[in-house]
Amino acid sequence: MFHDHPSDQRASADRTPGDSAAATPQASGSGFGRRGFLRVLGLGALSVVPLPLVSELIRGESGDAEAEPVHGQGAAARTRDGRIRQWTMIIDLRACDGCQSTGQPPRCTAACIEGHFAPEPMEWMQVFEADLAGGGTQFIPTPCQQCQNPPCVNVCPVAATFSTPEGTVLIDQERCIGCRICMAACPYDRRFFNWGNAPVPPEAFLADYSPEHQVPAKKGTVMKCDFCPDMARTGTLPYCVQGCPQNAIWYGDLEEDIATNGREIQSASRLLSESGAYRLKEDLGTEPRVHYIPGHGEAAGRDAFEPGRLPTEWPWMERAEGAVTWRR
Amino acid sequence: MAALNDWQERLEETALEPVRRTGRRFWAVVVTLVAIIGWGAYAYSVQLRDGLVVTGMRDRISWGLYIATFVFFIGISHAGTLISAILRVSNARWRTPVTRMAEFVTVVALICGASFVIIDLGRPDRLLNVFIYGRWQSPIIWDVLAITTYLTASVTYLFVPMIPDLALFRDRLADRSSRWRGWLYRTLAIGWHDRPAQRRSLGSAIGVLMILIIPIAVSVHTVVSWIFAMTMRVPWDSALFGAFFVAGAIFSGIAILIIVMAILRRAYHLEEYVTEKHFVYLGYLMAAFAAIMIYANISELLVHGYKLREGVEFHFRQLFLNEFAPLFWFYLLGGLVAPIVIALVPATRNVRGMVAAAILVTLAMWIERYFIVVTGLRVPLMPYEPASYAPTWVEWSLLAAGLAAFALLITVFTKIFPIIAVWEVAEDHEATAVDAGAAIPTGAIPAVDRPRLAEEGGR
Repeated sequence: MFHDHPSDQRASADRTPGDSAAATPQASGSGFGRRGFLRVLGLGALSVVPLPLVSELIRGESGDAEAEPVHGQGAAARTRDGRIRQWTMIIDLRACDGCQSTGQPPRCTAACIEGHFAPEPMEWMQVFEADLAGGGTQFIPTPCQQCQNPPCVNVCPVAATFSTPEGTVLIDQERCIGCRICMAACPYDRRFFNWGNAPVPPEAFLADYSPEHQVPAKKGTVMKCDFCPDMARTGTLPYCVQGCPQNAIWYGDLEEDIATNGREIQSASRLLSESGAYRLKEDLGTEPRVHYIPGHGEAAGRDAFEPGRLPTEWPWMERAEGAVTWRR
Repeated sequence: MAALNDWQERLEETALEPVRRTGRRFWAVVVTLVAIIGWGAYAYSVQLRDGLVVTGMRDRISWGLYIATFVFFIGISHAGTLISAILRVSNARWRTPVTRMAEFVTVVALICGASFVIIDLGRPDRLLNVFIYGRWQSPIIWDVLAITTYLTASVTYLFVPMIPDLALFRDRLADRSSRWRGWLYRTLAIGWHDRPAQRRSLGSAIGVLMILIIPIAVSVHTVVSWIFAMTMRVPWDSALFGAFFVAGAIFSGIAILIIVMAILRRAYHLEEYVTEKHFVYLGYLMAAFAAIMIYANISELLVHGYKLREGVEFHFRQLFLNEFAPLFWFYLLGGLVAPIVIALVPATRNVRGMVAAAILVTLAMWIERYFIVVTGLRVPLMPYEPASYAPTWVEWSLLAAGLAAFALLITVFTKIFPIIAVWEVAEDHEATAVDAGAAIPTGAIPAVDRPRLAEEGGR
């Protein structure tokens, strides 16, 4: 068909006239081809204008989507003179013996699970046992580190996980699409996924869902420690702080410079400075809001060379009907 | 000229053959593939009902076979770009009989790859949130952007050079095929009548597209790598990742193209046009990219391994000595070294050798994608026992369904669209005949180093 045509006339003479007319009734002269291709190209280029722009168009109507209030999220707590509180946690490892002295699994984890109906095997407040440089071990209760430069918030495609004015990081399980890139991004292993219908007791379904409480759990979404800002605003300490028998966990507000472990009140900055507190993986630049005072339970009378803690239990498992569990 | 006319006639007949005749073997293949896809659909319905708990993924290894397969498919989608755009830009004429197949592979692989991201979602019912609440800061949104752009561009790039062939189908199949076919070819040929002005337009359209599509293709796989490289996981924390992924993409793309070529060549008797030369040339290209991959691996592993920062020792042990060692060594030796050896040894420098090398490369590159995802997540972040991951039957079923969908889409494409770029092959044949100053034996393809014809400019 394309071989050896000395002239255009010859090429069109090759074709049957009827066919030509039927295919291109509007063809008049050689301009059609060019216009046809330009149209194809133009349409192609137009559809290259990619789909994500749709979100910009939608948002153009209703303002900034990220500024919309999330269902159930309370107004930020403020000091008397109107400054927004900046929640912080200071964990005194000198006083943490992994609940060896109580003969029970770590109480902070248990209290958190009972308060949040955190499904098995999620330990939002998890007590890790780490080796000490000179031998022996220390226990490290690890909640979400509430980073000020949070890698998880950076990568979330739909702003389902977000930083709050109080300096915490929350997850809106009603928006989360379950892509799990935040779990890949978190350097502290502090994010948990609802792989199936999570085991929760019946009463959990009475709760009004809020990203500050995350009850009940929703299948196919990510969960983690929420730092209990809803409780702090009403003058209640987070479950883990309440649960600690050694009062090793301090909770407070960096803005007013105040922290309490439920027994004493201290200046947060003084406590941090005088005890040589550090943060986990400080070199990553994630700027956590959770601080640690170095130690291995010596204030609770623990021997650093006595390893092991009891495994965590989920107390309502027999009441969680039709639920499945999975290993971590 | 009579010989040339015969040659042209035979070429057109070969191109039309798959559309005209459909044998029992074709239906057997289609039924098998549809059955596998159906099984995959059942597996996915189980996953929708029970959640991702039916997979082997858990909190610590939270991505697995699905994401690995996504990366793999996006990788092989680079076949089309490389073969047709890069070789077109460099005016390598031997490419013409294989460009169309390469462009099919691109479009189909993109569709299959993108669907694996959706399969991996915990809440596919909220997929539209990506468009409603999408944030430009997220690498996932970059991916959505890049892949939709690349899909549009590669569909256009498949379509535009196919217009003259669609017109050929329209003319040759008029009244001899079903009504919808007639309508399809009439519509898609958009009034092509091989006028000089149309040819000029086509030439410049292809010229613009082939330049446009190269940066788009490179950006796509770079962005895919950034899903990993933008996190703080030790094995993924690398500025080389983008280039590494692009090289791997083109590498595996060539391998898949060789396999697809071999199958279609046998199924549709294309031996005259898709010759041993094409396999060997593509084998050389594949060997060159194997060398680039070896270089990238050494660079990556040495820079990490020399310093042995926290987590790297664990990562190296799992790759080279422990859990993943046998398959990782297969990737290095069977996937990267063997293709070079096969291309270098004269005894294996033939269709069979190149297809064997391509199968090795395809397997190795899928394994490499799998290891990037799984071993990267396996390095412990906190003091806990390393997690383990093994895909379940649901994941394997969906992988099988994905591969079957890939094969099925290509099979269906070959039954509707011309699998050989007839006009380009004819043009080359003519040019060669003119070059040689006499008729040349049928089936011979002009050498790459032949001087470029002035009138070929822009094409």
